[in-house]
Amino acid sequence: MVLRGKCWKFGDNIDTDVIIPARYLNTTNPNELALHVMEDADKEFVKKASKGDIIIGGNNFGCGSSREHAPIAIKGFGIACVIAKSFARIFFRNAINIGLPIIESSEFVDESDEGDEMEIITDEGIIKNISKQKEYKVREFPQFLQEIIDNGGLMNWIRKVKL
Amino acid sequence: MGMTITEKILAKHSSKSLVEPGQIIECEVGIVLGNDITAPIAINEFEKLDVKDVFDRDKIVLVPDHFTPNKDIKSAQQVRQIREFARKYNIKHFYETGRAGIEHAFLPEQGIVTAGDCVVGADSHTCAYGALGAFSTGVGSTDMAGTMITGKTWFKVPHSMKFIYYGKLNKWVYGKDLILYTIGKIGVEGARYRAMEFTGEVISSLPMEQRLTMCNMAIEAGAKSGIIEPDKITEEYLKNRSKRKPIFYFSDKDSKYVEQVEIDTSKIEPQVSFPHLPENAKKVSEASGIEIDQVFIGSCTNGWLSDLRIAAEILKGRKISPNVRCIVIPSTPEIYKQALKEGLIEIFINADAVFSTPTCGPCLGGHMGILAEGERAVSTSNRNFVGRMGHPESEVYLASPAVAAASAITGRITSPEEVL
Ligand code: SF4
Repeated sequence: MVLRGKCWKFGDNIDTDVIIPARYLNTTNPNELALHVMEDADKEFVKKASKGDIIIGGNNFGCGSSREHAPIAIKGFGIACVIAKSFARIFFRNAINIGLPIIESSEFVDESDEGDEMEIITDEGIIKNISKQKEYKVREFPQFLQEIIDNGGLMNWIRKVKL
Repeated sequence: MGMTITEKILAKHSSKSLVEPGQIIECEVGIVLGNDITAPIAINEFEKLDVKDVFDRDKIVLVPDHFTPNKDIKSAQQVRQIREFARKYNIKHFYETGRAGIEHAFLPEQGIVTAGDCVVGADSHTCAYGALGAFSTGVGSTDMAGTMITGKTWFKVPHSMKFIYYGKLNKWVYGKDLILYTIGKIGVEGARYRAMEFTGEVISSLPMEQRLTMCNMAIEAGAKSGIIEPDKITEEYLKNRSKRKPIFYFSDKDSKYVEQVEIDTSKIEPQVSFPHLPENAKKVSEASGIEIDQVFIGSCTNGWLSDLRIAAEILKGRKISPNVRCIVIPSTPEIYKQALKEGLIEIFINADAVFSTPTCGPCLGGHMGILAEGERAVSTSNRNFVGRMGHPESEVYLASPAVAAASAITGRITSPEEVL
């Protein structure tokens, strides 16, 4: 799969409260959640960003609560991928489980700026910063996680492997 | 090579004689937990799979505590969904409003979790039960759904990090101050993906409720879990409480830690974590004078009976500053009843505080005391992220119940020493 989009850059420790504030957690509907994604980090985000864009974060992206509403809101909005220096562990699990593509790459994050055009070739594990004409090889996931990703998330994996 | 308590529990639940950090294992889960925010998504996922039943109706715990008593129609719908699911599958541990407490206080109190358990909960502060000598960690809703079906989940065995607390504990310094100080020292990702093992002479004499406060906040340093080796205090706490037989595990002398942090507690003053990260911990003396609008004493971190007793000791015979709203919330109905018996509730009300039925409420900016733009609160909860208790431009300062109560009286962040 090839993903293409513009990137939006955030700093370190982007927590799940700013990704989707608790005041919107009285629903589980991805479309409703998507209306408020990143709202407390950048009020204008949903107006500026488009489907297919990419979120870039620093260290510890998705720290805080276990709310799966966070990756669901990001995915629901149509963000193609989140690339960060590192992810908080529950967010990491949740993203894999629901099939939101995530990539860890410090080098990429350091060398990219907001607004850069990106291309991600998922099957080959390659990210290209088209604006800066740079290419990065992405570190592979452990085999077990890759199996969940390839099956399209945890529930599909359970359906195929466990039932 | 020896194993840590965390590795031993994980080895046991994955039927292995040895596990090593970094290894991916599949574990049998003893308890799987969800609340009114996370369980609805788990139930949706569960139902997608068209399975006939849950893996074990006695091992699933559903606690509506965040937006309860329900604050609006949508949150009422969410609890209805949980209630119907619980009825359909005859879930033993479903607790209605009035009977339910805040999950991470309620499960230990009711003996639903015990030493040696492997617990997952669709709530990040599930790490609290490490205080009982269990491996316990937060996951998301889809993981909860998967576990409700299979009774199993996967883990990467975490590296363990050892914290040794020694020295004397100063007056007005509690488990809350120790953990705020520790997070201040190592940062909000200082223990990312790791197990924090709290040890040392100070921990050995720390009461269980304060141990629970410390393990509760392991996640605020990015940890997968927090844990304390069981001892006499654990045994005493679990006696007549634990619904299953506790199993005690201990770290081997030659077990490996990726890092060891030694903390001299005699140097620690009451702590206050400044907005907007728990790692911004400072001495209360450095915060004194900051004016506040609200005080919240409660949450799964500090809504224990011992917390209410401390707050009441300070508030007794005094009045809350006219510029402050003070909200006190016990974590469970049992604590509520005991507070009533001991006359604590009367002390709070006489001091002009609000006293409520158990709920997460203000801790996550849900209801029962939301902050307006520009307002500032002292809270005994565990997070002070942007917008955590209300408007994105409000501020939360984290502290112990003692500092919170003292601050409520003066209307500015205050050391308990100053008012007593
Ligand atoms: S009290 Fe706060 S931190 Fe604890 S479970 Fe409730 S919302 Fe989460």
